[in-house]
Amino acid sequence: MAIKTDAVGKEWPGTTYQVGREKIKEYANALGLDNPVHFDVEAAKAAGFRDVAAPPMFAVVYSGPAVAPAILDPEVGMNFATMVHGGQVFEWGEPVCSGDEITTTPKCLEIYEKDGKGFYVFESVSVNQDGEQVVRAVWTNIVRGV
Amino acid sequence: MAELNEGDQVPELRVMPDKYLPHRYAGASGDFNPIHIDPEFAKAVGLPSNILHGLYSMGVVARANTALADGDPRALKRLSVQFRGMGVPEQEIVVTGTVKSADGDRVTIDTVATQGENQIIRNAEAEIQL
Repeated sequence: MAIKTDAVGKEWPGTTYQVGREKIKEYANALGLDNPVHFDVEAAKAAGFRDVAAPPMFAVVYSGPAVAPAILDPEVGMNFATMVHGGQVFEWGEPVCSGDEITTTPKCLEIYEKDGKGFYVFESVSVNQDGEQVVRAVWTNIVRGV
Repeated sequence: MAELNEGDQVPELRVMPDKYLPHRYAGASGDFNPIHIDPEFAKAVGLPSNILHGLYSMGVVARANTALADGDPRALKRLSVQFRGMGVPEQEIVVTGTVKSADGDRVTIDTVATQGENQIIRNAEAEIQL
């Protein structure tokens, strides 16, 4: 069965996430980070941030839920039973701080078949309240037995 | 921070994800997929037990690379990874890296994360600005 590629190029509406100090702290603790810029507003300001600074991989928190509607879209048609997260890219721009409002917009970049597996590649671009890009991400999901 | 040159090994990072780490990471990230937090569910779908979130393991790789700039979150400019073998709780993760190229302050590092013989992150490439 040929893989369905109708969704290539499709874009989904953006999702906005409000960044807060306690969520940054919770995420930094889960990763074992100890730089005070993630925990203490004075330390963050002394280091040149507007407010408590998010770790780079906090991108998962604001962009992951925004990509879900793309991944779950029946037009994409992924078989979740045999799906694995195969690869991930993040490219960081402007730093993210508490108080920011980050809007993430997903798009389907590619769908292709290789060695009996389906590769579903999504891009998401996240911008802050000033329109500055904070992250571009590429999410690759692999489905066995397409 | 000492200067990094092509071929240099960067300091390794060792992290022990405890039994409840996947639960804390689930809360922090919002990803409550039961394969990460419910050993019985995980076994029922053919996994050895509950497994680490791939993006947690990527976070550990990000931490190892950001550490080269004293943990400054602005230093990490790009990180690309492939998820392969599954990570599990209660086994030490070892992150190692080699400088692939250094162009002034911009350094590219090839990184691998392993648990024992099992590579859980491979072909990871980090770009940092020192």
